[in-house]
Amino acid sequence: MVASKICAAGYYVPEHTVSNDQLSEYVETSDEWIYSRTGIRYRHMSGGENTSQLAAKAAKRILEAAGADPLSVELIIVATISGDYATPSTACLVQAEIGAKNAVAFDLGAACSGFVFALSVADKYIRSGLFQNALVIGAEVMTKTLDFQDRSTCVLFGDGAGGVFLRRGNTGGVLAEDLGSDGMSAQSLLVRHSPVNNLCTQQSCKQPFLCMDGKAIFQFAVRETPKSISRLMDKTTLTYDEIRWIIPHQANSRIIDGIARKLHLPADKFYCNMYDYGNTSSASIPIALGQLWEQGALTEGVRVIIAGFGAGLTWGSLLLEF
Amino acid sequence: MVFEKIQEIIAEQLGRDVSEIQMDTNVEKDLEADSLDLFQIISDIEDEFEVSIEDTDGIQTVGDVVKLVEDAKK
Repeated sequence: MVASKICAAGYYVPEHTVSNDQLSEYVETSDEWIYSRTGIRYRHMSGGENTSQLAAKAAKRILEAAGADPLSVELIIVATISGDYATPSTACLVQAEIGAKNAVAFDLGAACSGFVFALSVADKYIRSGLFQNALVIGAEVMTKTLDFQDRSTCVLFGDGAGGVFLRRGNTGGVLAEDLGSDGMSAQSLLVRHSPVNNLCTQQSCKQPFLCMDGKAIFQFAVRETPKSISRLMDKTTLTYDEIRWIIPHQANSRIIDGIARKLHLPADKFYCNMYDYGNTSSASIPIALGQLWEQGALTEGVRVIIAGFGAGLTWGSLLLEF
Repeated sequence: MVFEKIQEIIAEQLGRDVSEIQMDTNVEKDLEADSLDLFQIISDIEDEFEVSIEDTDGIQTVGDVVKLVEDAKK
C-alpha cells in the first residue's frame, strides 16, 4: 500500500527563555498562578527572528536527519498563523532560505490544529502520486500577537518551530485520521488582521492582539479532543496499548488531564512539554515529535496519535506510524 | 436524581469521595476547586443533562450547581 513514510522529525526554538517569574515583573501574575492552571513554567521568545527563520532552522535539521538534499524537496507546507508577511507565504521564504528551489511551497492556517491539517494534506499529495516527498512544518512567533498587558493570554504562549519529512513509501505514515471544524464558534479565539478601510468604508481599528474566551476554549478542547481521538480509534483495529504516545497540542496541562480522564487513559500516555515551551500553536506538536526523534524514541514501527485543537474552531487527530 | 449525578461528576473530577459533596458544600473553599475545575465540571454536567449553562459566575455551593441544572432543564 502506498504510504507517506515519516523519515525524520526536528525542531528549533529561539535561544531566549522567559520564566513565569520574569513575566510577573511585567504583568500582575505569579509563577504559582500560571503553573497551577497551565503546567507552563518557561517559554522561548524570539529575540528578533521571524517565523520563517525559525521554520528554516528547523527545516535544515529535519533534512539533515532525513539525509535529504534540499534540491530534492518537492513540497513544503508551513502551518502558521504568525507568518512574516501576509504575502509571500512563510513556506516560500523557507524554500529560499534552505535552497529547495524545486519545491512547491505554500502556507496553511488552522491555528493550533495547523500542523495536523498540514500533515493530512501532504499525505494526500504524496499518496496521490503528485509529489514523492514533503517537508511539513509548524512554525510560530506567537509573541508577536500578544498584548503583554493582558495577563490572561500573554503568559500562555511561546515561539518555536518543528516539522517532519515525508517520503512516498509502502509502510507507516498516516494510518487514520479525524478532522473537524466549527466556524460557528469562530469568535472565541481571534487574532485580527487590518479592518476594511477603503474609499467605500471606514471601520474602527481594534488592536491586532490575540484575544480568547478562555472558558469556551478550555471546554471545547476538553470536550471535543477526546471525541476526535475516540473516532480515530474507531477507524482502526488497534488498541491504545499498541500506541506508544498520544501527543496533544500543548496548550495547557489541565486540558490534557481532562482529555486523559475522559478517555480513561493514564496521564503518562500523553506526551507533555508545555512546562518548557508554553503554547506554540501549530509548532507544539512537531516540536514534541522533534524532541522524541532526537531522543531516538521514534523508531521503526512506533505508533503515536497527534491531536490538535484550536482557533477556527478546528480539531484533528492523526494516527501515525514511524 | 440531579443531585446524585452532580455529586458523582464532581467527585470524579476532583478525586473526592461522594460523601464529601453535599448541597451546602462550597466548591472553592471546601473542595479546593479552581476555575478550570469548575469549567470541566460544568462541561461534564452539560453533556450529562443535555443542557447549556451560560452564567457560572455566581456558583459557590453544590446546591447552586443543582439549581442551575434544574432551571436549565425547565
